[in-house]
Amino acid sequence: MIPLCPMKLKSSLENYVFILPAALIFVIFYLIPFTWVFHLGLYEWDGISPTRVFVGLANFKEILFEDRIWWASMRNAGYITFIALTLQNALAFMLALACDRQIRLKNFYRVLFFIPPVLSEVVVGLVWQWILDGNYGLLNSWLTSAGFGSLARSWLSDPATALTTVAIVHCWKGFGWGFLLFLAGLQMIPRELYEAARADGANGWSCFKHITLPLMMPVAVLVAVLTILGTMTGFIMIHAMTNGGPAYHTQVPVLRILASMMPPFSRFGYACSQGISVGFVLVALSFIQYRFFLLRRDSAQEDT
Amino acid sequence: MRNTCLRRMAVPFALVCLCLAGCSPQPSVPSKTRTRVIVWHWMTDRQAAFDELSKRYEQATGIKVVFELFAPSEAYSSKVRAAAQGVNLPDVFGILGEKRDLASFVKAGHILPLNHYMNENNGAWKGSFLSKAVAMNEFSDGDAYGVEPGIYGVPIDMMTIRMVYNKDLLKELGGDPEQPPQSFEEFLSIGNKIKEAGMQGLVSGWGEVWLVNCLAYNLAFNIMGQDKVLATIRGEVPYTDEDWIKVFSLFKEMQDSGVLADGIVTMINKNAEQLFANGKAVFAFNGSWCVNVYKGMNPGLNYGVMLPPQVSDKYPVSIWGGAGSSFMVNARSKNKEAAVAFLKWLTTKEQQAYLSAATMSLPANKDCLTGIPDVLARFARDLELATHSYTWGISEYPQVIEAMGKGIQSIIIREMTPGQVASEVQKAKERQTARHAQ
Repeated sequence: MIPLCPMKLKSSLENYVFILPAALIFVIFYLIPFTWVFHLGLYEWDGISPTRVFVGLANFKEILFEDRIWWASMRNAGYITFIALTLQNALAFMLALACDRQIRLKNFYRVLFFIPPVLSEVVVGLVWQWILDGNYGLLNSWLTSAGFGSLARSWLSDPATALTTVAIVHCWKGFGWGFLLFLAGLQMIPRELYEAARADGANGWSCFKHITLPLMMPVAVLVAVLTILGTMTGFIMIHAMTNGGPAYHTQVPVLRILASMMPPFSRFGYACSQGISVGFVLVALSFIQYRFFLLRRDSAQEDT
Repeated sequence: MRNTCLRRMAVPFALVCLCLAGCSPQPSVPSKTRTRVIVWHWMTDRQAAFDELSKRYEQATGIKVVFELFAPSEAYSSKVRAAAQGVNLPDVFGILGEKRDLASFVKAGHILPLNHYMNENNGAWKGSFLSKAVAMNEFSDGDAYGVEPGIYGVPIDMMTIRMVYNKDLLKELGGDPEQPPQSFEEFLSIGNKIKEAGMQGLVSGWGEVWLVNCLAYNLAFNIMGQDKVLATIRGEVPYTDEDWIKVFSLFKEMQDSGVLADGIVTMINKNAEQLFANGKAVFAFNGSWCVNVYKGMNPGLNYGVMLPPQVSDKYPVSIWGGAGSSFMVNARSKNKEAAVAFLKWLTTKEQQAYLSAATMSLPANKDCLTGIPDVLARFARDLELATHSYTWGISEYPQVIEAMGKGIQSIIIREMTPGQVASEVQKAKERQTARHAQ
């Protein structure tokens, strides 16, 4: 064993002292609550009583095998995420492509597209609820005046349309983030590549297929991961628009966790287990997506 | 070099210490010299009235009472629970939730029993309240909560949940504005007229499960009586009993008749109140707090108050009612005597009359019922018909209540039949009974 030189020891101790404040904050505000959630997930507790009943993995068993509403909420969140991954991100990418070109008012469009994400989710939810109201909503009024009165309906109260409507509003609210990231990614692509390709006779589609798309893949993966994380954990707008209804048609996991924790359910332990379950699903999805990206990148490199 | 290093380290350390100091509990008695009673509440519409009462109390006694408002109610509820876990509750606070939650607070030693104060001077304080208001905060021998019998809260107002109707719209539909429908058949028959006139029928916050369940229990009490409802909660009668299926069927009948407003299944009560106040709905199912809300939204609204329509004459129609909000005294507070003294003052006739007039709420003090506005007085009528789950001595499992509320929503959107809903509710009941038996 090599003895540590006192100077070196002092230097590394000093370094540790420097990271101590950050480490303390991390431990106190992240690590302890995180492990505490795991700990509480093993108990039946109403959040008030001085005693907690240890139930082991019973809460997780209940989630897995008995809680149909929980799985319905996961399915709903999955559907909204699917719409967000496809519709929202495709829209964001197309708009970013448009704004990356030399078009008039491009700065105006950049600001305009980024307005929805910075608005309060509650406000957005309430405004859209007002627009989509079945009785006096603007959308139905426009449809009727445009001669499409037969399409008018209670968009948020009809089980056939509620979830899709919520998903579309979610896309409207969220596409600005993807737009911003895609635009930043597009601007990072060296223009010389396009110029060289054009000099070699490549047309617009070839440039897009062989330059833009491959170079945008890391950004697309990042946007996809952020979309999954953001959508699966989103609930405020849905709470404002439908509160998970009608029946359970727009119920999502975080709304369910909130319901479990608050009165009348008051099941802190169970809510913690639900939170852990969502966390596992999200980590797994992000991991799968990242692995998928690595595989595609490797095969692309092999092809080259 | 060493000094520079120490200086560099001192700043982050100071920041960490500041952060951690911010996490330390606040002292419950902030004033060094004078007693200050801190009251937490969630009632946004009453802050001005509370502040005025606080000013009057300080003038009378020299004791400062600070009303701290935390809203919305979900945020308030979280704050109170977090404070309870941190043993950091204020001197006086309210609890939002079920009676089971109140019981948990009591068992955890957070709430001061008030029997002694209520019963002194031959029960003068207790006797000043409407009995239904006190019952909400009382635990009795043999109830299901396992709490020492006694009174644990001070009611500051009353509420009843009834139906209200727009007199002008009812007249337009050919009805008598002074004779609203009394039977369920009469109520349903208006549905067709409402459809034809292109109006909206009944509006209510049925997107929130509790309000739809209130009406379900009202109808259940009318069809099968209180004993059978409580027997169902005790697990002695299944929800698949024909009387319960009848209760669920009534919601289908309402939907089929057109008496329910479009979109009622996702309607929050604020929107329902807006629709009714703007004269766009004929009926609303709402609590007595709506008097103040409608007054704010449309002072000229011409409306009347009615009992929920009667389905059967076997049992009386019931209405949901009891204490609207109550205050509890923190058992660990150093100011508990001052807090009790303040609550005694707050519930005297004079202060209750002021609070009632300022917030258009029903007073908890029984001597104040005369002299309240007519429309409010209508909400206070037939208080003997009032019932509330807080007074039943037993609570239904929240999962069952949720299954019932969501099931009724499913009936309204024609996704499930009343029989299927009854079966789902019974399954939820059996699951919970089995879980709690373990």
